[in-house]
Amino acid sequence: MAGARAGAIVVVFCIATLSIVSTVSLARDDLLRVAPDFTRNDLRGKPLSLHSYRGKLVLLSFWATWCEPCLAEIPVFTAWQDTYRAAGLQIVGVSMDDDSAPVKRAYEKFHLNYPVVMGDAQLGELFGGVLGLPLNYLIDMDGRVVGRYQGEVDLNKLELQVKSLLPRPAHAT
Amino acid sequence: MTPIAPKAFYPFACAFILLFLSGPAFAEHEAAESIPAADLIQPAELAATLRIASVPKLLILQVGFRTLYTQAHIPGAEYVGPADDDAGLQLLRDRIAKLAKDTAIVIYCGCCPWSACPNIAAAYKELQRLGFTRVKALYIPENFGDDWVNQGYPVVKGR
Repeated sequence: MAGARAGAIVVVFCIATLSIVSTVSLARDDLLRVAPDFTRNDLRGKPLSLHSYRGKLVLLSFWATWCEPCLAEIPVFTAWQDTYRAAGLQIVGVSMDDDSAPVKRAYEKFHLNYPVVMGDAQLGELFGGVLGLPLNYLIDMDGRVVGRYQGEVDLNKLELQVKSLLPRPAHAT
Repeated sequence: MTPIAPKAFYPFACAFILLFLSGPAFAEHEAAESIPAADLIQPAELAATLRIASVPKLLILQVGFRTLYTQAHIPGAEYVGPADDDAGLQLLRDRIAKLAKDTAIVIYCGCCPWSACPNIAAAYKELQRLGFTRVKALYIPENFGDDWVNQGYPVVKGR
């Protein structure tokens, strides 16, 4: 009995520990505005324009290779890209690293399955300033910013929002 | 052979999960929590200090990433680069090489949540190792945007 109680306590502790406190910021002026467009070359040199993803739900992910919470998101995001691709999800990574070399290494190491472009201060300012990472935006099929997530977010909650905004039902995938 | 009871297995399963999640996906770095509380300075305190003209000018060093500094930094702060690697630490060493050990220095980053910042503790530790006695680390719990810029504290742009 005592062992079972101790086990239960440990389980509760583990769940609480895994439920990392999230910082979800949805009260920003830029919400529901059309996302600023940009065109950058991806890591393979292919031009990428944000507006070309109209009709899809875009998860725009500002990250960097030295940002641990960002790296923790990558396996989840790659899984979502696979799972929800047919339902209309497109993830776009924007690396805020100063140099593309570590980004290319990370791209291979973590088997990213979505495009990544190099960001800079100018691109950051387009989105109101990228003054901390990770920073994720959800942009709906009409190009409007419908979610802004600063810092370590509850990825389960974010996935629920992703699923609710997909252009097509996720079960159709 | 006695099978392991499911309930007795919970602690081991949870420990395994925690170890897995905290494992190789993260690069090792000095934990920001290792900086003594006495050597932290709160944003409001630093902002107030900056407003007092009679206070001798502080050396403020940004030890985070360039794009953050370019978008917004504390007036007078100098960019020395991320301290999470040897190259960044060398830039820090070069900057303070000729300074007196009792120079008042404030370091800050704000790239990520405090507990995940790879730079601040590395820079602090290096300055301690080199014998600097008046080093303060700006405590930025979430990020520079939320904890400094959005609080209305002064910023400037540019490289």
